[in-house]
Amino acid sequence: MSIDIATAAKVAKLARIKVEDEALPALAEEFNNILGFIEQLNEVDVEGVDPMVSVTPMRLKRRVDGVTDGDQQDKVLANAPDAREGFFAVPKVVE
Amino acid sequence: MTELNKLKIAEARDALRKGEVTSLELTEACLGAIEGSGKLNAFVHNTPDLAREQAKAADARIKAGDAPDMCGIPLGIKDLFCTKGVESQAASNILGGFKPEYESTVSGKLLEAGTVMLGKLNMDEFAMGSSNETSAYGNVVNPWKIDDRDLTPGGSSGGSASAVAADLCLAATGTDTGGSIRQPAAFTGITGIKPTYGRCSRWGVVAFASSLDQAGPMTKDVRDAAIMLEAMCGHDAKDSTSADLAVPNFEAMLTGDIKGKTIGIPKEYHMDGMPAEIEVLWAEGRKLLQDAGAKIVDISLPHTKYALPAYYVIAPAEASSNLARYDGVRYGHRAKLAAGDGINEMYEKTRAEGFGPEVQRRVMIGTYVLSAGFYDAYYNRARKVRTLIKKDFEDVFAAGVDAILTPATPSSAFGLGEMKDADPVQMYLNDVFTVTVNLAGLPGISIPAGLDKSGLPLGLQLIGRPWEEGDLLNTAYALEQSIGFVEKPNKWW
Repeated sequence: MSIDIATAAKVAKLARIKVEDEALPALAEEFNNILGFIEQLNEVDVEGVDPMVSVTPMRLKRRVDGVTDGDQQDKVLANAPDAREGFFAVPKVVE
Repeated sequence: MTELNKLKIAEARDALRKGEVTSLELTEACLGAIEGSGKLNAFVHNTPDLAREQAKAADARIKAGDAPDMCGIPLGIKDLFCTKGVESQAASNILGGFKPEYESTVSGKLLEAGTVMLGKLNMDEFAMGSSNETSAYGNVVNPWKIDDRDLTPGGSSGGSASAVAADLCLAATGTDTGGSIRQPAAFTGITGIKPTYGRCSRWGVVAFASSLDQAGPMTKDVRDAAIMLEAMCGHDAKDSTSADLAVPNFEAMLTGDIKGKTIGIPKEYHMDGMPAEIEVLWAEGRKLLQDAGAKIVDISLPHTKYALPAYYVIAPAEASSNLARYDGVRYGHRAKLAAGDGINEMYEKTRAEGFGPEVQRRVMIGTYVLSAGFYDAYYNRARKVRTLIKKDFEDVFAAGVDAILTPATPSSAFGLGEMKDADPVQMYLNDVFTVTVNLAGLPGISIPAGLDKSGLPLGLQLIGRPWEEGDLLNTAYALEQSIGFVEKPNKWW
């Protein structure tokens, strides 16, 4: 499988990372090298093998569906690059 | 008494209890060593005032009696651990200025035990790297030196490894997703253990690949690893994958008696192009364990070859999901926006500025292998291969093997910058012997085993059964006693 420049641009877009057009050919080539390495996995017979879900056989614990936390708006916002009036501020999302 | 920063945890613990030394004296000795260690670039956020305060509290607690073993021990904490009110950046610009309002469970347990935090330690950005060259803080330098080159301490816990090897602290925390504790431990001549997946809580540790990440101690010997691991382990309701199992007294299990234990030697770990010295070291390790009374058996782990390719699907896939949270909204860096930029431009510019090249590469590879049309071909196939890799280990354990002996790394430390023009895949090969252990969720320990002919340390790895860290540590202890490695780097920094 080979990644072309258009695919590299699409992946960058999906990952929400701005990549300048002139950097795309080198990026596509890197992807191809890494995917070439990964494609060794096609040699393995995985017929009838279940994909791993949990590395240690454990049941997730249950707990009461209750509020155990909260009321710390100032702490939640303390590291925000832009917080106003108790909210995270972002550029306009809807025109 | 030797310089106090050179003490091991066990020695310091005993001296503290006898009143021969105070935690404040230990702490001052370490702070002095850190001050003179700028060339190593291991400590990146120093917290001397906090350390002195904690040391005084520890001294009071020891004086009152009944203090835990780790009380008063000065430590370095990897920057991946969130520490309340202290910069925690995962060595990334995207978390520039981030000061958590909370403490990770593991660093919190260490604080409760009375340890002293000297500061935060350098690492590869988001723990992605094997040479500590991807850090936003710049490279860490290995205290071992054989010519005018600066050598890598390994990665991603390179700052932790360098700091412990250079006696800037008594021990340090590390984390290990594909070998990030064991490979740097081997490159710097120290001991590092990655416990069974689920032994240490991941809560408050910046996530890289959640199904693989585990914290562990990096120490000057096996006894110290046993003492510190016990203080880091334990169930935590805040991490749903944390195991609700009792934590044994690991140190009490260090008898050095391994008579009747069965040690497996996996034939697939003989790699093409591996230096002959590593083969020799491995064969010596085998002989030493045999002389100590263990039964040695040759074993096969047939899917070993596929561990790295499976890892480079699974880890980037999980990373792409985990790192989606760095969006410039809630914490850390936000790019300056141009007129008319909307929220998507904010995300894209912020992430392009904030993530370094290796992190961007892995996030995008992960995005690709999870994207529609490729999910089955890459991600699901890798998870099936992971099942087979784990089964390889289950089969040998079921056949009676107690532990597996392998080399820790395929080479000794290399020069910083030497891999700059290499294909990223070449760098990934550093983890070829360690990554299987993360995929199978097993405990693995690296101990120093000797010097190569150029004078650089090499490590051996022991892999244990799940949840049997105590037994694994005891086997490592027996091997450590037989090897008798005492070399230290000469101070040049």
